[in-house]
Amino acid sequence: MSDRVHQQIHARAREESLLNARVCVRTPKTNAIPPEVPPELREEIERHMALYPDTRSAALPALAAAQRLHGWCSPEAIEQVATVMGLTPAYLAAVASFYDMLETESIGRHDVYVCTNISCSLRGADRLYEAVRDAAGDDPDFNVRPFECLGACDIAPMASVDGVYVGPLTPDDVPRLLDDIRTGRPVLADKQLATRLVADPNANSQAFPAHPIEESAP
Amino acid sequence: MTKALLFKDIDEPGLTTLEVYKRRGGYESLRKALAMTPEQVLVELEASGLRGRGGAGFAMGKKVSFLPKGAIDKYLVCNADESEPGTFKDRELMQKSPHTLIEGIIIASYAAGANRSFIYIRGEYSRQADILDVALSEAREAGLVGEDILGSGHSLSLIVHRGAGAYICGEETGLLDSLEGKRGNPRLKPPFPANQGLYQGPTLINNVETLATVPTIIGMGGAEYAKLGTETSKGTKLVSISGHVQRPGNYEIELGIPAREIIYGLAGGPPEGRQVKCWFPGGSSSPVLLADDLDLPYDFDSMAKAGSMLGSGAIIVVDDSTPIIDVALKVARFYRHESCGKCTPCREGTNWTVKLLERIDRGDATPMDIEIIASECENIIGNCLCVLGDAMAMPIGSMIVKFREEFEAHLEATRARSDLGAIHA
Ligand SMILES: Cc1cc2nc3c(=O)[nH]c(=O)nc-3n(C[C@H](O)[C@H](O)[C@H](O)COP(=O)(O)O)c2cc1C
Ligand code: SF4
Ligand code: FES
Repeated sequence: MSDRVHQQIHARAREESLLNARVCVRTPKTNAIPPEVPPELREEIERHMALYPDTRSAALPALAAAQRLHGWCSPEAIEQVATVMGLTPAYLAAVASFYDMLETESIGRHDVYVCTNISCSLRGADRLYEAVRDAAGDDPDFNVRPFECLGACDIAPMASVDGVYVGPLTPDDVPRLLDDIRTGRPVLADKQLATRLVADPNANSQAFPAHPIEESAP
Repeated sequence: MTKALLFKDIDEPGLTTLEVYKRRGGYESLRKALAMTPEQVLVELEASGLRGRGGAGFAMGKKVSFLPKGAIDKYLVCNADESEPGTFKDRELMQKSPHTLIEGIIIASYAAGANRSFIYIRGEYSRQADILDVALSEAREAGLVGEDILGSGHSLSLIVHRGAGAYICGEETGLLDSLEGKRGNPRLKPPFPANQGLYQGPTLINNVETLATVPTIIGMGGAEYAKLGTETSKGTKLVSISGHVQRPGNYEIELGIPAREIIYGLAGGPPEGRQVKCWFPGGSSSPVLLADDLDLPYDFDSMAKAGSMLGSGAIIVVDDSTPIIDVALKVARFYRHESCGKCTPCREGTNWTVKLLERIDRGDATPMDIEIIASECENIIGNCLCVLGDAMAMPIGSMIVKFREEFEAHLEATRARSDLGAIHA
């Protein structure tokens, strides 16, 4: 084996051991009896596993499915995925902790991601986030989070509500936004990205807030 | 001022359906390609001069040619992670014209001899992923994806794989680990994905826009496509423009038009009474340019020559109402949040940069701290496994160089204020 290949293999092994050492996440504390897995969840995970040459590739879709069922990647959810996929719960917990959309703590049913990255901030996103956070208060139904660029800076400042993109938003839109979620109406139907035409850039024109970036309290 | 190839029919009602797409000439390029040999298709791709649209600008045809020949398992992965702040062009393409991407993937897989392909799409784009899934099942039913495509003997499986929120999974090797069901940590390169990628097999990774351009190239011919753009930046580019402009959005332009034409002509420039203070030409990772640079041609080499980069083609405009420290903090915090933590310079460097910038903003920094940030940025660049560290160091470094006086003045002002506070307390 050439020196270079040797070095690569060593570097890779070293990386992996470092990674393993660094990954310290809560391991679900359930006992050794394999948990009951709801049949629909098992079926969905197995369907994903069948799509890939290596079944491990189904880890993210499987965790996402378990999260949809349990509300978050709870120890129980992780145990169930582990049972179906033949992976350890610790491994899956480590994977889950890497990704922003996999929740490792119990959260509200409705995700409200308010983008506070650069382009949205330049148009008042920090104030918008605070308005949403304050209006949602401690309503356990909402999972309000500041989020990194959601890829819709053309409708800045914007938010993703359970995956539906809406914008441009002002703090005045917030009561209606939350109300739409509570009552199960389509959120801000007139401000959904889905309806925007590419060839109509005027769709986004709007007045600017006076002091665009305002630091939000941590 | 715009030049529509990819966006030719973009607002056509029903374009997401196979029927309308075909009526607009869709999948004709696929037929044409399958009537050629894979080598001939590759010749067209190389002749087109198409450079990757995901950030690095590497020649697409050349990348395809790096894949080993012969009957081994090869993979094609489409990078639809699109998380570079300011970038939203791939979203538009996938949402409005999913079949363009699917057609591009099939043709590219034919040229590369890959039989399994994946679209790795960021988890936040659930709507676009759903649209792709529907389009894909239509394509499968029509025999465009699957075994023996249109009787050509070429077979391809294609799966839409949803990510779960991590910027680093846009980096091609982090993406591969994530697609294998792991944490999305970047890998040491070499080996490059073309030799050892997904499941250790040879893998072609390209951005959505790059692959979506392939049908156009096959349709018009590589040489014809190469007539568009400049000597070294061929073709058209989707530009996402956002921030302080009056008409943010996606515009398709011919590479090499003056940046001013995009920022002012198409996007309307900053609102009345405000001036461009600085602009990011290629996403928040690109070093900022100034108002003086607005007449530069917008293409790969002109941006590089000006000390920045075209990157993903995302222009973010900042006007003179915004303090530079706010911009720097936003950018630095993002990279701190997204650092995977594997390399010390990136993990510690992003963290310290944020801390020092916060000090400057709070009023307990000394002038030396500006020096420290600058040297920290220098020490990150080129010393990490992937370029995420550089992606913070380059823009922050450029802000320190170009707005040094403003940083100093801000530092003095906040310091005076906090001293005053201390005296009054
Ligand atoms: C931190 C980081 C993030 C990246 N994010 C993306 C991304 O979201 N989309 C993308 O296409 N390329 C991204 N890239 C570039 C990819 O690594 C890779 O170069 C690209 O997908 C190759 O495709 P192309 O040649 O068609 O541009 C990123 C690179 C880095 C270092
Ligand atoms: S440079 Fe940063 S993001 Fe990239 S591998 Fe190193 S620590 Fe991870
Ligand atoms: S910065 Fe908010 S969507 Fe891009």
